[in-house]
Amino acid sequence: MSQEAYIKPAHAVLWQSHPPGHDVISTKTLGFWLYLLSDSMIVSSLFASYLVLNHRVNAAAGPTAGMVVHPVVAFFETVLLFSGILAYGFAMVGLKRGDKKAVLSGLASAIILAVGFLVIEGVDFAGLAGHGMVPERSGFLSAFYALVLYHGAHLVFAILWTLVMIVQVAREGFTENVVYRLLNLKLFWFFRKRFNNYTLPLIP
Amino acid sequence: MLVHYPGPWSPLLGRLALKEIPYQNPILVWTFVLVSCAALAIFAAITYHRAWGYLWREWLTSVDHKKIGVMYCLVGLVMFFRGFIDGVMMRTQQVMAVGPQSPGYLGALHGYLPPYHFGQIYSAHGTIMILFAITPILIGIMNIVVPLQVGARDMAYPYLNAVSFWLTASATALVMISLFVGDFSHAGWVGLSPLTELAYSPGVGVDYWIWAVQIGSVGTTLASINIIMTIIKLRAPGMTWTRMPIFCWTALSTSVVGLSSFPVFTAAVALLSLDRYAGTHFFTPGLGGNLMLYTDLFWIWGHPEVYYVILPAFGIISEIVPTFSEKPLFGYMTMAAASIAIGGVSWSVWLHHFFTMGAGPGVNSFFSIASMLVGIPTGVKVFNWAFTLYRGRIRFDLPMLWALGALVLLLTGGLSGMMLAMPAINYTVHNSVFVVAHFHNMLNVVGFAAIGGINFWFPKVFGFKLDERIGKRAFWFFSAGTVVLFGSMYALGFMGMPRRIDYIPFVSWRPLLMSEEAGIFLFLIAAYYMIKQMYVSIRDRAQHRVTGPDPWRTARSLEWLTHCPVPFYNFALLPHINSRDEWAWRRQNGLVNLRPDHYEDIHLPNNTFVPMLLGALAFGLGFGMVWRMYWLAGLSLLGIVVAVIARSFEPDSGHTIPGVRIREIEETLPEELDGMEPVADVAGGVVAFQARTAPRAPAQEP
Repeated sequence: MSQEAYIKPAHAVLWQSHPPGHDVISTKTLGFWLYLLSDSMIVSSLFASYLVLNHRVNAAAGPTAGMVVHPVVAFFETVLLFSGILAYGFAMVGLKRGDKKAVLSGLASAIILAVGFLVIEGVDFAGLAGHGMVPERSGFLSAFYALVLYHGAHLVFAILWTLVMIVQVAREGFTENVVYRLLNLKLFWFFRKRFNNYTLPLIP
Repeated sequence: MLVHYPGPWSPLLGRLALKEIPYQNPILVWTFVLVSCAALAIFAAITYHRAWGYLWREWLTSVDHKKIGVMYCLVGLVMFFRGFIDGVMMRTQQVMAVGPQSPGYLGALHGYLPPYHFGQIYSAHGTIMILFAITPILIGIMNIVVPLQVGARDMAYPYLNAVSFWLTASATALVMISLFVGDFSHAGWVGLSPLTELAYSPGVGVDYWIWAVQIGSVGTTLASINIIMTIIKLRAPGMTWTRMPIFCWTALSTSVVGLSSFPVFTAAVALLSLDRYAGTHFFTPGLGGNLMLYTDLFWIWGHPEVYYVILPAFGIISEIVPTFSEKPLFGYMTMAAASIAIGGVSWSVWLHHFFTMGAGPGVNSFFSIASMLVGIPTGVKVFNWAFTLYRGRIRFDLPMLWALGALVLLLTGGLSGMMLAMPAINYTVHNSVFVVAHFHNMLNVVGFAAIGGINFWFPKVFGFKLDERIGKRAFWFFSAGTVVLFGSMYALGFMGMPRRIDYIPFVSWRPLLMSEEAGIFLFLIAAYYMIKQMYVSIRDRAQHRVTGPDPWRTARSLEWLTHCPVPFYNFALLPHINSRDEWAWRRQNGLVNLRPDHYEDIHLPNNTFVPMLLGALAFGLGFGMVWRMYWLAGLSLLGIVVAVIARSFEPDSGHTIPGVRIREIEETLPEELDGMEPVADVAGGVVAFQARTAPRAPAQEP
């Protein structure tokens, strides 16, 4: 099995005759997948911490999961977030057609929906903080906030990146650099969705 | 939101004040004087030789994987020396502070280091050696060797490669500056929780540790992505997975381990910094924190990390042993499988670092068996090396000596590891210096292999060999030091000496402690010879210059196919791979002195100063957060975001070197034939025929 096929030296090709077609986009996208792998390790560490600290002892006589999670709010947040990702998906459909306008409007609506998500989350957390449910209160709340705020921080960066992409698409059109960034950003947005998917069943 | 901390604070300087500069401590003052003089001398020399422009163009802004690799190794070697000096200080303290009668100097009750200072030294020693010495050296070697072995012009992401390096460099700078501004963590390299919490460590030491390892681990994660992608995407045509040199297999496995484990460390340290900066309760003893959570998270990274450093070492040994046995590597497939297996098992053994924490017999048994399983792939490797040596034409060149030394150490270290994998024994020797002796034994495997690798590939990168005679002296003193020091330490471990103590109550341990001191003295001599070896080799480089692409004459893998030193484009034409040991195959079939019959344009990325800027900003972020100068940290973070965005607007087109120019360069390079004479009895049995141009490649056989 490990034996190699014998190649006659006299017929061997020693140098390749033409430089390879260097596939920039797939190289960059696969690399971004690897980055997402490393990021999901951070996320899983946070989930593990949350699961460890989601215990009455770690609530330190403070609020528990049932008191800080508002399912109705979470529902609307999820709707907004998923709509944002859907909007990004529409932008990708536009990219396939090479339709600059569709891409730009898709990106812009994704941003608007994501900002809506952040606003709701901010209001929700402000309410919690008003009742003294702050990360400093207990180990459980620390883990809860770390998890959801890590998600929020990703969203902030996704919005920032999407803004940059709007400018680049408008300025440069669909060059190789712009296209691979749009594809990576798509992965980044969908990663948020997976994150959210796992968060929902685990949080209560 | 931000937590209240003890001591004064000002908006401009944060916690930084004149009293934080340890000018009362004579050790640190003299170190500072020494370091400043050395730095001034280097600056003066660069200015005198008008080398600033050269340094800027050729090194600091370079995205060439070989130059970045060399800089990695340089940073690693400097930190290796720093960590070694820490070791000397610890050994000296322990031999001085034995028994109640032992005198005290410099404000210490016994010995010359007060407990707090001693704690900082062993924490710095551990952190530096594993994260800022051996890791950069190995990443440097992978950086240089992997693209050459797979037949690529550069890494998959040359710019990201430079970013990784500069992040590592700025993390290193943070560790170094903690010597002279403030102090370093005293909580061990593992950051023992809750000792690292603000309530128990109110100083900036732990903050220095946090930010240094955090920035460094981001750099290492990015480097892992780069190496994986280089191996997956940039292999030369014809290089199937099973034709890949074995070092690439270990680099792949190690990078997968690094990519998946370093983020856990990032998370653990980030949660710890939230505790210290935002007042959360992840790892605090009160208000619902969980100390074991930190320990688990840390070792989930910590154990893969030690395999992260051992795997490239195995790869280096696997390249050196066949070269100097003049045989192909025995059991290539099992070797590749073993490399991947070790990477896989690394994930299921972390709990053996705290068997005594009361996880229960079921859990302990699982992790005990998993830890012993590591012995199987490692044993496969040892036997494969042994069978490679068997009936080989063994030459004891310098790299081979280091590799064989590593083999012997691997045997003893592996066996003591087997002992530690048994919970029953582990309960007895836990937290004793037996454990310390075991992992120093294993990390010495890495050290031996890394030094062997540097000696092995040095002529490839620089075009001249390192001095063999002085290098052998360094090897023998280093080996003797290892045996004397860690042999004694094993014995002391059996006697029950705890680790991390600054005062030894039992006078009966003194003889072995003196033997350890003798061992570190032997290391000191070895360090002298290593520095001398480097100095003499560079001074007499004309004598040490090598001819031909393969200075060892019997090397096997693809990197030996191009010139020594490697030109900036690596290969004039990318080679087509016909065999597992391509270079050995070409040599045995007389295809070594050929030149391609045509040259093509080569596209290369442009130099950029952005990675260095990002490194500087990361340093600003770390330093600002350590001293709680929030304006500096905020500005640096903003700077990083702006720099990244601004760079994304650059077209980054790179530049093209026309084929005509490549032909000119190739023709000015020294005659390949020198030293590659087709003599029948020469090492490796070279039978070359003299063709000046490559035969026109016929259509490939189906």
